[in-house]
Amino acid sequence: MYRYDDFDARFVRERTAQFREQVERRLRGELTEDEFKPLRLMNGLYLQLHAYMLRVAIPYGTLSAAQMRALADIADRWDRGYGHFTTRQNIQFNWPRLKDVPDILDALADVEMHAIQTSGNCIRNVTADAFAGVAADEIEDPRPTAELLRQWSTLHPEFSFLPRKFKVAITGSPNDRAATKVHDIGLRMVRDAAGAPGYEIAVGGGQGRTPMIASVIRPFLPKVRLLAYLEAIMRVYNLHGRRDNKYKARIKILVHELGVEAFTREVEEAYAELEGPSVEPDPALVRAIEAAFTPPAYASTGAASLAFERAKAALPAFQRWVDANLTPHKVEGYAAVTVSLKPTGGIPGDATSAQMRALADAAERFGFGELRVTHEQNIVLPDVRLDQLLPLWRHLGTHGLDTANAGLVTDIIACPGLDYCALATARSIPVAQAISNRFADPDRQARIGPLAIKISGCINACGHHHVGHIGVLGLEKNGEEFYQLTIGGAPDGEAALGKRAGPGLAADEVPGAIERIVDHYLNIRHERETFLDAYRRVGHDSFKEALHAAGD
Amino acid sequence: MPLVTDDGFAPDSWRRVDGDEPLTTSRAIVPLDRLDEALAAGVDAVGVEVPADADLNLLLRRLHSIDLIALRFESFADGRGFSLASRLRRLGYTGRLRASGHVIADQWAFLKDCGIDEAEIDEAVAARQPEASWLRAASAISGSYQRRLTQAPVGDAGWTL
Repeated sequence: MYRYDDFDARFVRERTAQFREQVERRLRGELTEDEFKPLRLMNGLYLQLHAYMLRVAIPYGTLSAAQMRALADIADRWDRGYGHFTTRQNIQFNWPRLKDVPDILDALADVEMHAIQTSGNCIRNVTADAFAGVAADEIEDPRPTAELLRQWSTLHPEFSFLPRKFKVAITGSPNDRAATKVHDIGLRMVRDAAGAPGYEIAVGGGQGRTPMIASVIRPFLPKVRLLAYLEAIMRVYNLHGRRDNKYKARIKILVHELGVEAFTREVEEAYAELEGPSVEPDPALVRAIEAAFTPPAYASTGAASLAFERAKAALPAFQRWVDANLTPHKVEGYAAVTVSLKPTGGIPGDATSAQMRALADAAERFGFGELRVTHEQNIVLPDVRLDQLLPLWRHLGTHGLDTANAGLVTDIIACPGLDYCALATARSIPVAQAISNRFADPDRQARIGPLAIKISGCINACGHHHVGHIGVLGLEKNGEEFYQLTIGGAPDGEAALGKRAGPGLAADEVPGAIERIVDHYLNIRHERETFLDAYRRVGHDSFKEALHAAGD
Repeated sequence: MPLVTDDGFAPDSWRRVDGDEPLTTSRAIVPLDRLDEALAAGVDAVGVEVPADADLNLLLRRLHSIDLIALRFESFADGRGFSLASRLRRLGYTGRLRASGHVIADQWAFLKDCGIDEAEIDEAVAARQPEASWLRAASAISGSYQRRLTQAPVGDAGWTL
């Protein structure tokens, strides 16, 4: 993985020192609260319902065992012994004190980490396919481009005071696992007629109160032109994005109001002004970045491991975990393992410091010392030899990390909701826990198959409910929390927004309603047909009727 | 209004011409709608104030006749001026570029990297953020990823055609 050179190390140290000074200048009154706020946000520091929250950047979701241990240490020393992995592949600490934040940033810098641009109206931490570099279906590893974008977007002088936040996602696989179509810019690797890799550029996707699927404005862009093209998009957005209403300030609204054609024309005109080498990255730097992602020294183990096959036959629970939590690896004899942070009845995405250390140990003992955070709020060990899967599973089991539910009905995404968040209108976590308990039976989960439930505690949609196969949106009316269900959303592949399925429900009605939707699917499905495929075949009304008929 | 330059606070040798005031002096900053008049008047050294929503294409033909462009920042959080400055440099404008209005010391390095030479700030901001803060802000972060990526010299990141 990418290691800091002297430049990166110095940059992050100076940035931390600068923030320490900004905190002091705020306290002296040299900066007003209005002026301090964006500076604090650009360093990942939010003011939440009960306390400050610090969001630490995990660029494109990749971190080392040493970095994971440092996060555990921060959780113990300055927080309450746990952290929360987010849908943007970052980690949040919910209880830091303002005066400790500069010290936390120093501790992060010790392990080549920071909290830069995890918040604020700037280009946020770039996200990527969590299986980048190891997925069997990949055209090319997107991580070198993601790292290039991290560097390019970090304290960009022109794009640090945008109309609103700006999120970029990138995938190197034709099977989009990075939800690129619901990002401000989504980059999907494709090949041109001659076979050269480049990017399809989609703009204007997003969730929030006005969910939209991104529009492709360039079907193919050569890799070397990427920074110039992104600069053109950002300049058009920075100059013309709305600043009069924060709810209409995202680029999706600009694309929508101008129309895709007119927006594309503006971008192409801005791009035409950006010819020449000064916006193309120095090839030596690009090569150095690429070299950092050279594949590790894989052993040649052959395709099958006898021990692995025997263990599966002997241990049904292991078999179940293998069925749910493995992703095919591009190297024979290896698998990418999803470690679920969704135990039955647990808080989605939370990990204790002990679990973080156990994950770091696992990465070193059973892999090459690397971990990934997924946008589903799980952890991936990208390189595990098949004959190491059984000891890995046993190790994870001793730390409550062996839940066999990746991609299944209890692998729920949920935002922090009203338990933490100042914007929330309803709680998310207790609803997720109730659904998880309702579907706890592992055999039933396996029978249901792939099903993504996503829960947001307000219209801002941090829990991605719009793209949940079943989405749950928590709202509030006259002091009462209630929940709206949507069905048929999908973040990837053929991305789609879910459609509403009837009136609001009380919190304790939600698990039963979801159960009725799931039972309807089980009744009507064809052999090997997933929930989403069945939904798309029979249509929304079939599910809506089933939900209400049974509910009366 | 205090003027921030590379050397700290400095006196402003330019003056604004407001409303219908006659164009007799040199080093006058005129509103955008009086630019043609100012250029025709043959005053030596013409400056123009450009609001954040201006269409720069209207200036393109006259860029080489303008000695100073003052980009207006109504609020430090409104970042349009950064893009206007970058685009003007990219289009080959070599005159003086000024940020005028509400900008803060913490933005000084960004402003300079977008090609801006000086900032004309409010008395109130100058009182809160003394010269020392601006001087320190210029060098708080010694490196720039954008300059490093494109190997461009300081203050010229990405504008040489």
